[in-house]
Amino acid sequence: MLKVIELKRTVTDSNDRDAALLRGELKERGIFLINLMSAPGSGKTTLLSRTITDLAGEAAIGVMEADIASDVDAARIKALGAESIQVHTDGMCHMDAGMTRAGLEGMEDRPGIVFLENIGNLICPAEFDTGAHKNVMILSVPEGDDKPLKYPLMFTKSDALVITKTDTLPYFDFDIEKAASRAKALNPDIAVFPVSAKTGEGMRAWEDWLISSRGEWNDA
Amino acid sequence: MHELGIVKHVIKTLEEVAAENDVRRIGSVTLRIGEVSGVVVEQLVDCWNYFREKNALVRGAELKVELVEALTRCTECETVYKTVPQGKICPNCGSGSTYLLVGNEFSIKEIEAELNGDPPADGQGGRS
Ligand SMILES: Nc1nc2c(ncn2[C@@H]2O[C@H](COP(=O)(O)OP(=O)(O)O)[C@@H](O)[C@H]2O)c(=O)[nH]1
Ligand SMILES: [Mg+2]
Ligand SMILES: [Zn+2]
Repeated sequence: MLKVIELKRTVTDSNDRDAALLRGELKERGIFLINLMSAPGSGKTTLLSRTITDLAGEAAIGVMEADIASDVDAARIKALGAESIQVHTDGMCHMDAGMTRAGLEGMEDRPGIVFLENIGNLICPAEFDTGAHKNVMILSVPEGDDKPLKYPLMFTKSDALVITKTDTLPYFDFDIEKAASRAKALNPDIAVFPVSAKTGEGMRAWEDWLISSRGEWNDA
Repeated sequence: MHELGIVKHVIKTLEEVAAENDVRRIGSVTLRIGEVSGVVVEQLVDCWNYFREKNALVRGAELKVELVEALTRCTECETVYKTVPQGKICPNCGSGSTYLLVGNEFSIKEIEAELNGDPPADGQGGRS
């Protein structure tokens, strides 16, 4: 005879607990972890490369590249002289807290900012807490300003929205004000940074946000 | 693939529950899945049937799914309507100021389990 046990647990419960634990462990190690999410090709690796170069001397930056199978992004970051490690998710479409912890164990124990370049996908990564201290998403100009309407959860979970490839604005019907107000309707606290990682336009405001967020976290 | 990750998390949660409740083996798991949660039920069942064989606790366990119909409420006129296929715009007053009431859930409702200390369920010594 089987006994019925009522649970009423959400499926992500155990991951949520694990993520909260990891956030604490990282605080002990002095690692400020930022989970970077976007659709494939939005410009995550390019934004990180530019940020690493711009902040050289101001902050130690490491990158954990999550990819389904390849490791070209890790090589791009390493070429800049920054610490980078590659995590393969073996077909999974998102990183969870357990995978993030395992990946970070391979990183040098040095206080600073670590970016997790999550799998390129706007749905699944939004549903799993990685243990990061801040969530940042990228929306690139060619993708269109209606993305907040199509993928609301991602915008709700992000602390900052970086609108990249603003150098291509002349070629697309992308309205930055519209994109920002649609994002803010879903998440009034979201910080919005229009940037071009190619020309450098707008990069300083994003980098200042990084430095000040890390400072606030450090003092808290 | 999203469903793969979900099945891994379901099994992890079940392992915790089993430890807390002195469960030896799980016979079935009932999930409540919202109509607009984005989960593909057929894929979920496929992943489940694959992964359950790799774990003694859930080996052979049946996955049951209860679908939850999605409902949206309009903040202007208070109408509650079916999200599928209507969407975000209120069919009564045309307002876009609406929010999802139910339909996004993904939870484990219950399990059927054999506890440590129960007689074995394979016939010998058990009830017929
Ligand atoms: N014009 C322009 N192209 C960019 C910018 N950022 C990235 N790209 C291009 O977009 C493509 C994808 O970029 P990548 O960083 O690899 O995207 P990821 O898949 O999100 O890591 C590459 O061809 C980049 O050169 C930008 O700010 N402006
Ligand atoms: Mg990349
Ligand atoms: Zn209405």
